[in-house]
Amino acid sequence: MPVLARWIEAAGIPTVTLTMMPSVAEERGAPRIVGVEFPFGHAFGMPHDRVMQRLTLELGLRALAGASKFGTRVDLDVAWPVPIREAYRAWQPKVASPIVRRMLEAQGKANS
Amino acid sequence: MIVDSFKFLPRTFRPIYEGRGAFPGEEEPVWTPFAKRLAESRIALLTSAGMYLKQSQPSFDLEREQAHPEWGDPGWRAIPASATAADIGVAHLHINDEDLLADPEIALPAHLLSDLAGEGVIGGATANHLSVMGFQERNLHDWRDTTAPELIAHLRDQGADGLILAPA
Repeated sequence: MPVLARWIEAAGIPTVTLTMMPSVAEERGAPRIVGVEFPFGHAFGMPHDRVMQRLTLELGLRALAGASKFGTRVDLDVAWPVPIREAYRAWQPKVASPIVRRMLEAQGKANS
Repeated sequence: MIVDSFKFLPRTFRPIYEGRGAFPGEEEPVWTPFAKRLAESRIALLTSAGMYLKQSQPSFDLEREQAHPEWGDPGWRAIPASATAADIGVAHLHINDEDLLADPEIALPAHLLSDLAGEGVIGGATANHLSVMGFQERNLHDWRDTTAPELIAHLRDQGADGLILAPA
């Protein structure tokens, strides 16, 4: 996704990448970055929590419009309101993705 | 507060993302200044949650991904800013879709953005927002050669002054 942001930025449209993995977006060279400490699938916050979603979206807009140079990163100071163990399980698919199943099978073979 | 980028990521996945540096050929800075005031700007959103319109658009191709686990559908969908949770499907094998289906605004806050336009915080929102499916082949050839040029053309057609990309 940071690479997609770079291609769109290079075409003349300013971008901000709002992401759970801001350090990765920095490594990949996203032009503007907002970091959120939220589970995957929840870039703007909790379902139906309009206050949290608005805080996040507004920071994204401020970073988009107000960052002065390439690589600017701002992190959102909002904690996820669900205990970490529960949140860690909740975002993951009920059935492992095909690539994860393949990785697990490969590990199983290596261990057997 | 500095975000822990790996807080919710299984430990075994961390090396897939961390310490790999820039994508080949993408080492140099890219920058387009945001010249206007927000209140005069038209803003677009892009999610990688694999959202599509259930009634009128095909799903992202999950069957092919099941057969070829390293492949991900490189296509994109235009999601009207007026679409509601009842209209939106999610095709993404790497995340639990329950919350996304219950409230798509957590990945594509189109209605909230329209509210901000109504309040004058931004000038407006594009008529359509954008959706891709974030799991892609590592070389990103299809995204680079086909999807990105199409997305850029669509954003220009829509008069977008800026884009918020939100990885799922």
